[in-house]
Amino acid sequence: MPGLLEVDGLRVRYRVLSPLRARLQQREAYLQAVCGVSFSISAGESFALVGESGSGKSTLARAIVGIETAHAGSIRFDGQELCGLSKNAYKPYRRQLSMMFQDPAGSLSPRLTVKRLVTEPFKIHAIKDVDLDVEARRLLQMVGLSEEFLGRYPHQLSGGQARRVGVARALALSPRLLIADEPTAGLDVSVQGEVLNLLLELQARHGIAILIITHNLKVVLHFADRMGIMYLGRFVEQGPASEMFQRPRHPYTRALLSSSPEPDPDAVRPPLQLKGEVSSNIERPRGCEFHPRCPVAQAHCSTVAPPATSTVQGHSFTCHFPIESDD
Amino acid sequence: MVEPTGNILQVRNLSVEFKARKRVIKALRDVSLDVPTGKIVGVVGESGCGKSTLILAIMRLLAPNAAITGGEVHFGGRDLLKVPEADMQSLRGTDISMIFQDPLTSLNPVVSIGRQLIDVQYRDRSSLDSKRQRAIQALSQVGIPDPAARMDAYPHEFSGGMRQRIAIAMTIIEEPRLLIADEPTTALDATLEVQIIHELKELQRRYQCSILFVSHHLGVVADLCDYVIVMYAGEVVEQGSVRDLFHDVRHPYTEKLMECDPARIVRSTERSFPTIPGDLPDLVDLPSGCIFGARCHRALQQCAAEAPDTRTVAPGHAVACHLY
Repeated sequence: MPGLLEVDGLRVRYRVLSPLRARLQQREAYLQAVCGVSFSISAGESFALVGESGSGKSTLARAIVGIETAHAGSIRFDGQELCGLSKNAYKPYRRQLSMMFQDPAGSLSPRLTVKRLVTEPFKIHAIKDVDLDVEARRLLQMVGLSEEFLGRYPHQLSGGQARRVGVARALALSPRLLIADEPTAGLDVSVQGEVLNLLLELQARHGIAILIITHNLKVVLHFADRMGIMYLGRFVEQGPASEMFQRPRHPYTRALLSSSPEPDPDAVRPPLQLKGEVSSNIERPRGCEFHPRCPVAQAHCSTVAPPATSTVQGHSFTCHFPIESDD
Repeated sequence: MVEPTGNILQVRNLSVEFKARKRVIKALRDVSLDVPTGKIVGVVGESGCGKSTLILAIMRLLAPNAAITGGEVHFGGRDLLKVPEADMQSLRGTDISMIFQDPLTSLNPVVSIGRQLIDVQYRDRSSLDSKRQRAIQALSQVGIPDPAARMDAYPHEFSGGMRQRIAIAMTIIEEPRLLIADEPTTALDATLEVQIIHELKELQRRYQCSILFVSHHLGVVADLCDYVIVMYAGEVVEQGSVRDLFHDVRHPYTEKLMECDPARIVRSTERSFPTIPGDLPDLVDLPSGCIFGARCHRALQQCAAEAPDTRTVAPGHAVACHLY
């Protein structure tokens, strides 16, 4: 079955120096934010993108909805190539691919009421044959807000309510793929569950595919069918979420899994596995890009980039010395 | 100096109010807690529970529209709420230091980190050279590689984790007896978070200082702290040793809070996340009875009528709840 979204060899780069200056100073002119990423999402599936800050998660998401321009590779949505489309040709696809931004309060205009905010997509896409009052009520009901919120402004909303408005906006035009960039960042734990439950419920009811960006691996375990781990703009490992939790093969995945302390004072703490921080993606490390931080790196790793290995279960990883699986 | 009570910090019945137009927000009510000498005490709670107000009140750095309406804060045998402002100023940064949430806003972007680390020693009469040596030493203690060479660098030249290490170096340079950390790892990635926590543990062991650690990350609190204080809507609802709190939860709010932590969820088939239904109570017009009553899943009839007293359920473990 072909995926709803198929990303192949996608690259996004930002220019950090003018080409002339880069040549004179013998430095890289570009920062490769996304560096050859391939994955696919089927209809109704949820896929999680996990990685540290600066690993290119948000850039990848923004490239998919067309906010950033890809400089190589392809993004196919429902069989149609999106890379290289003009702004106007892109527009009909944007109705089917919608994005929920990271900062809910910051992405809602402070001068518009909730009603105007949730019906804005209809105006942008010039959809005239709908009753905006009815739609606004329908959307609020869908995300579990009462009608009294219609006249409120963003500053009168709590963090969780602002997220709900963000979800309502993203779902206004009944998209087939929802991209949720850190939907729980900055929310209290008691409210995080509410937002995630809402997304799961909407997915079950309307069959929307979800691409969730998060750094909370525990959330992924309960949320996603599959996940991809990003490091310096590449996937170091991807596959079925439950499989990766039980049998991580890349040392980075294993380190991420063990880096969140258990809420138990008597838990056995694993020794620190990762030292330092994500390397620069301008002056990239040679060989395997993870080797400066890798706990099991050997001399070979600093010279030769590892190939990708795939298993029959759709699990793939890029490492010279993957962790042995039990079977 | 040995504290007579064994507690470096004792907060008793502290109440703080904020004036906002014609309304009075009762942000903290009757908060009492102890920080034993040489221990790490965690303060846990969600936004709006008064964690930040509590530490700002201890430091006496509250906004001008705030008023401390009652209580005492004992530190080193003195009531901090009564000492003159000049004395308070000389305590801050030497005896009590603070690490803030976001190192990008707590470091000056236009001054080199070396200069900033020397500047914080302004009270010392020692030579510039010895201050410089101390600054380099502090940087190497928090794990900045090649500290002498990085002294002239500016904050933007460091990554997030390094900046937070510099902020920590700045607070330990005067070897404070009490370190107050306000969510020092929330702005960092998970892999850096463990590194910083590890660093704080090491420093605490080396200097034998006490730490008041504010966080909403239960995993970090379980890892780092000796004692835990749980706050809800401006009140302490439960406090005890870290084992009391994590293995013998009493207050329904603490119980729910722990259930909500994604790390606690056992893989469920129906894929649903636990939540605490309802909203924080209005802090202007406080509900009569228990502050958590309206959201509590185990509420009794009396909970809506009268506020519970704080009861000791086991040595060192206190709960404000009618169930006990």
